[in-house]
Amino acid sequence: MKLRNLFLSTAVAATSVWTAAASAAEIEFWHAFTGRLGELVAEQVETFNSSQSEHKVVASHKGNYSETLNAGIAAFRAGEQPNILMVFEVGTATMMAADGATKPVYKVMEEAGADFNPDAYIGSVKGYYTTTDGKMLSLPFNSSTPVLWVNRDKLKEAGIDPDVDMSTWEQVGDVLGQLKSNGVDCPLTTAWQSWIHLENFSAYHDTPFATKDNGFAGTDTELALNSPLQVKHIQAMGDWAQDGKFFYAGRRNEGGANFRSGECALFTESSAGYAGIKNEAKFDFGVRPLPYWSEAAGAPQNTIIGGASLWVMEGHESDEYKAVADFLNFLSSTDIQAKWHQDTGYLPITTAAGEKTKADGFYDANPGTDIAVIQMTAKEPTANSKGLRLGSFDQIRGIIDEELEAVWSGDKTAQAALDSAKERGDRLLRRFEQSN
Amino acid sequence: MEKRVTFNGWLLPAALIFPQILISAVFFFYPAGQAIWQSLFIPDPFGLSSRFVGLGNFEFLFSDPFYRASFVTTAIFSTLVTLVSMIPALFLAVLADRLIKGAGAYRTMLIWPYAVAPAIAGVLWLFMFNTRVGVVSWYLGQLGYDWNHVLNEMEAMGLVVVASSWGRISYNFLFFFAALQAVPRSVIEAAAIDGAHFWKRFFTIVLPLLSPTTFFLLVVNIVYAFFETFGVIHTITSGGPQQATTILVYKVYSDGFVGQDLGSSSAQSVVLLVVVGVLTVLQFKFVEKRVHY
Repeated sequence: MKLRNLFLSTAVAATSVWTAAASAAEIEFWHAFTGRLGELVAEQVETFNSSQSEHKVVASHKGNYSETLNAGIAAFRAGEQPNILMVFEVGTATMMAADGATKPVYKVMEEAGADFNPDAYIGSVKGYYTTTDGKMLSLPFNSSTPVLWVNRDKLKEAGIDPDVDMSTWEQVGDVLGQLKSNGVDCPLTTAWQSWIHLENFSAYHDTPFATKDNGFAGTDTELALNSPLQVKHIQAMGDWAQDGKFFYAGRRNEGGANFRSGECALFTESSAGYAGIKNEAKFDFGVRPLPYWSEAAGAPQNTIIGGASLWVMEGHESDEYKAVADFLNFLSSTDIQAKWHQDTGYLPITTAAGEKTKADGFYDANPGTDIAVIQMTAKEPTANSKGLRLGSFDQIRGIIDEELEAVWSGDKTAQAALDSAKERGDRLLRRFEQSN
Repeated sequence: MEKRVTFNGWLLPAALIFPQILISAVFFFYPAGQAIWQSLFIPDPFGLSSRFVGLGNFEFLFSDPFYRASFVTTAIFSTLVTLVSMIPALFLAVLADRLIKGAGAYRTMLIWPYAVAPAIAGVLWLFMFNTRVGVVSWYLGQLGYDWNHVLNEMEAMGLVVVASSWGRISYNFLFFFAALQAVPRSVIEAAAIDGAHFWKRFFTIVLPLLSPTTFFLLVVNIVYAFFETFGVIHTITSGGPQQATTILVYKVYSDGFVGQDLGSSSAQSVVLLVVVGVLTVLQFKFVEKRVHY
């Protein structure tokens, strides 16, 4: 009887060793990209799969950012989570709080014995996804930052020098006035109003968006988006909206259509808007750094990122984590990153990829494509410009959108709207603090 | 007035209602029970931990002036959707009932929009009224009207009401049309001989005879407006501008599935359940008295 047991267990062990060796570890990667970006991700995965035979990555598209996060959460609850989940920057605090659902990237790398140097990543990109003591929790994947897109033809038509200085909002205000008086219907529009005109605005002016280092130092954080500087900016935008100088198109990137079709002269949008603008714009366009208010001390600091990072989920076999580590390292490798940066307008996440792009002559051939990189890396990030880590942030952005709409339509002053946004947002932050 | 059928024994009736009870239990009582249970907790999104808060979620909701305001928005929205989806449906049904040629084709065309999913209907209407490329907003612009539902609250409300009602008109049409066919011709002819013109006959004879159908549709449409319209709202306005189109069910959806706040979302479902329950009871108590079967 004993002998038979021994024989059986040896047989089982032998079989399992054999299966492990024969079949590559297959890992699931859920992402939120469609269209051109979807193709580029598929291409990266294909390159990885054909570059080695040990592992196989299966990528699946799970809807937009929110839907992908939801799919990942639902799958985790059902015990069927993927190995790698793409989560937009807004979901970072949610993922960080989910201790036991995610496995920090630094740990994955450590356990796999992989060669991993967190300092290779651009500071302001890395900062968003690392703990205050420098441990990387999720791998930055696609990161962009807001810039000012300019329709140069439109400026010329209005009799303005297309190279006019628009470093500061004061100067932009003058240009908007000239555009309006010269009959331009849409002098300025924007995408992602909260991200650009409050979140990035605060970091760029070295002003806190929330207390506790923008939430990095604890969940007992409160919004601080109603300081005089932020109020001044939103009030200026509100006044421009009333004067017909700022056209509000919607909460997401609806304004992009207005700019690409040539209606709007200026457009604040992510640097990743590059692919779309280059593809569709039938006019001479330029890109400028995001403007700042000259009166603000410390401006311009650096802007912060938007986009997504890759989270490794708990609950898989150890050989799968080895595969995950290899795949993540592959994604951050210089050639892959440099190509991704040049194809999409997203930032290169490593310093090396940025340097390679420069050496390739890409920035010379496509002027302005390096502005986002410079804007992000010109200064060492401060506690106010490292990023944001707020729970329920998707909902808080919804609240900010509502309050800003009240300013654009003239229903509220900037002060009243931002005070209300703070009060309502803080309720959600307290609730998030309670749930974790 | 009501007809009653009496069964001998209990086995056959029990067997006959069993499937319905089973379906209700699986698809209604179980989820509703879950919602009530979950409304007492604040869970984390991943289901890793859960804190019992008693009625804390309800307290959180009702201390929020924006949540309380959303009741008013919902009342306006539901009333408008019910009216806009029922009145044109009745009108079209009356017209279709009088058709002599091609009735089948007209009927089919009128029922068509019902086959369009709410979210898709939302996108269709959004395209027509898009402030930049929309056909309708362009024509309005030609007439000198500057359409902008992105910032104008009234326009946003109007747009979601129309988009939510559009497919519903077909559904209501179907019921009104069937009911009209069942109105005895002899009564109408008798009235016609007495000299009552069309609208007189319609208001004194046809409309009262339609009252059971109208009542049924009233209940069903209010339930629709309360529960099934979040797809349209989500695609067209996402509850904006400001909170102009944030109705209760959209908040359930966005807090639960976008905000990952399942505790509050469950509490909101419970509130919604109670509101619709009370409304339905009120309707049966007061409105049904005026219905002639």
